[in-house]
Amino acid sequence: MDHPIQTDYLRWIVFLPLIGAIINGLLGSAIQKRMGKGAISFIACAPVILAFGLSVYAFLTLKGLAAEQRFLIDRLYTWINLGSLKVDMAFWVDPLSAVMILVVTGVGGLIHIYATGYMHEDKAFWRFFAFLNLFTAAMLILVTADNLLLMFVGWEGVGLCSYALIGFWYQDHNNARAGNKAFIVNRVGDFGFMLGMFLLFWSFDAQGHGTLTFREMAKWASTLQGQQLWGISVITLATLLLFVGATGKSAQIPLHVWLPDAMAGPTPVSALIHAATMVTAGVYMTARLNFFFSTAPETLHVIAWIGAGTALMAATIALTQTDIKRVLAYSTVSQLGYMFIGVGVAGYAAAIFHLMTHAFFKACLFLGAGSVIHAMHHEQDMRKMGGLKDSMPYTFWTFAISVLAIAGTPFFSGFFSKDEILWLAFTSEHGSPMLWLLGVLGAGMTAFYMFRQFFMVFFGECRADHHTQEHLHESPKVMTLPLVVLAIGAVFAGYVGLPTVFGGSQFARWLEPVIAAHGEEHASHALELGLMAVSITVAAFGFFIAYLMYYRAAFSPERFAGLAGGFFYRLFDRKYYFDEIYQVIFVNGALLLARLGSLFDQYVIDGIVDGSASLTRFVSWLNGLFDNYIIDGIVNAIANITFGAGNQFRRVQTGNINSYLYGILIAVVLAIIVKLRYWS
Amino acid sequence: MFSPNELSSYLIIGAILFSLGLFTVLTRRNAISVLMGVELILNSANINYVAFSHYSSGGLEGQIYAIFVIMLAAAEAAVGLAIVLAIFQIFHTIDVEAAETLKE
Repeated sequence: MDHPIQTDYLRWIVFLPLIGAIINGLLGSAIQKRMGKGAISFIACAPVILAFGLSVYAFLTLKGLAAEQRFLIDRLYTWINLGSLKVDMAFWVDPLSAVMILVVTGVGGLIHIYATGYMHEDKAFWRFFAFLNLFTAAMLILVTADNLLLMFVGWEGVGLCSYALIGFWYQDHNNARAGNKAFIVNRVGDFGFMLGMFLLFWSFDAQGHGTLTFREMAKWASTLQGQQLWGISVITLATLLLFVGATGKSAQIPLHVWLPDAMAGPTPVSALIHAATMVTAGVYMTARLNFFFSTAPETLHVIAWIGAGTALMAATIALTQTDIKRVLAYSTVSQLGYMFIGVGVAGYAAAIFHLMTHAFFKACLFLGAGSVIHAMHHEQDMRKMGGLKDSMPYTFWTFAISVLAIAGTPFFSGFFSKDEILWLAFTSEHGSPMLWLLGVLGAGMTAFYMFRQFFMVFFGECRADHHTQEHLHESPKVMTLPLVVLAIGAVFAGYVGLPTVFGGSQFARWLEPVIAAHGEEHASHALELGLMAVSITVAAFGFFIAYLMYYRAAFSPERFAGLAGGFFYRLFDRKYYFDEIYQVIFVNGALLLARLGSLFDQYVIDGIVDGSASLTRFVSWLNGLFDNYIIDGIVNAIANITFGAGNQFRRVQTGNINSYLYGILIAVVLAIIVKLRYWS
Repeated sequence: MFSPNELSSYLIIGAILFSLGLFTVLTRRNAISVLMGVELILNSANINYVAFSHYSSGGLEGQIYAIFVIMLAAAEAAVGLAIVLAIFQIFHTIDVEAAETLKE
């Protein structure tokens, strides 16, 4: 890992979509007017497809190297060089990030192509693709960053683009609100991420080698072993904080509330961002930092149980949803929970494996749902659908394949990845049978609600209104072709990760330079086969119940919902009241604080300002008094004295000759006296 | 001390006459009485002149001055009487206290 091979082309994997985003963003409006939407589509899709080509090339390059040498880097320049913090602008491709870039550019490219058909009637076509490209660029930065800070840049970037794309149809206020919710909840997680990042750097710096670069952190990871902060091991604290960030980005409890609302965005957005790529960033981050998480068993414990809880909770909510995208959204949250179960039992490779298979079948499911919504003229309520299998064959078959995959049907990809996680949950020293049991229950429910959706949408009588029924048609090739490709992936992507019984996971071996293989399972093959059988049975059971309820209509869903006085139905349908609780605590709390602040501003601050104004007026009034009475008084007094003195002197002028003569006499006498006395 | 052979006795007479003249000027209400007082003052000055002239050099300067003074006194009395006449034409009285139009 210390001697990666310097290359020059990795940067283009990131830069091509970025350039596409800039062109479409700045000039898109003009291009769309002059050259039509086809030009925009080309500018948007070509970079991603080219980036996929480069990713394949990088992958093949890695394959050609010996396993310990599979590290490529494209170092552009030193971004920050400040004291002990040295951060490069560098892109890093090793087996782990190779998987990620292939998924992002591959699945992302297919979704870009699909979206050119889906968004065809939208006037802001260019804006959509500008943001979609920007998102792809940010996600690629996230997965190819060679250090935590650059990863965070991508982390924030995808959050921003998610906000922009969820609220794409911003004229409807609800969509804007959903975008806000996504970004704000994400931000809470980001705060945890930042704190974790700071703590890691600070702790490394205290040891004398401050760094945020992954390969250096891996090298020095052991030096943090004994360090403590406020009585807690630094590693545990930092990993927990980073996991908070992952919780926000990957929609785990308690920061999962944004993802169902995010379905307000266009369906390609839901497919790309909220199924295949952005939400997986949290899983990728923990896999990238596996050397830390593996030394913090308490954090792994927390992760595993939160993952299991989320997986189960989201599955129960999905049982009751009637919006076709909501079911898939909760399904995503649930499957992400599985990935975190994998992480929590130190099965990072299994988690990434499930990430990859999930990208295929979940994207296919979302795009298929988009196809249905498109045909139904933007109707999303499943209760108004039905019997679509004949009018939409491509959509029907690809959807069917993906449903089989997500339900964990043997020989489909989802089976291999999910079972790998369940197996590790049972046998790993971090796992427990209880964890496995929760996972299996969730898998059963997954099978049930996915087949419920499948039967409700494609089978039975069509419950849509007459007008819509007449216009039902399959989607254009530009939309069905990606569906087919993804469905093929949903079938075959699993074969790189065979269970140990059948030869072992090639996928895990591929990831070994990055993710140290845990000690080979010491449990028996029999146990592995046994657990596999249990999960297949449970999934089959889920399928069977759905079949009875929705295909055969053997017993009505309403009766089921009415069990226990409808308590469970209400709990699931109202999403365990998370939104309501958050509204009261955080939203109303923030509003209360705002109101208090406003009152403070009004009464205290304004009071002080007005008070000082009054004080000034008062002082000036006193001043006026002073001026009036004292100053003027002095002036007047002088005048009066002069006047009075003048009056007195006037009395000399008597007009009487005798008195004048007296005066002369006195003056002469005085003069004589003075002369005689004082002058010789 | 008051023998007619000494200078001082003539000076004393001069002083007495001067005081009487001054007193008359200052206190009389009749304008012509005031003029008579002025004559007394002038005559006291004459006595002083002659006395000094006799007891100093024995020449006749003092007496000459005294004749000038008498001449001046006559002229001045004439002018004074003319002024009194003018005042009488305005105020219709020669009471000096009546002419107080310059009183402020």
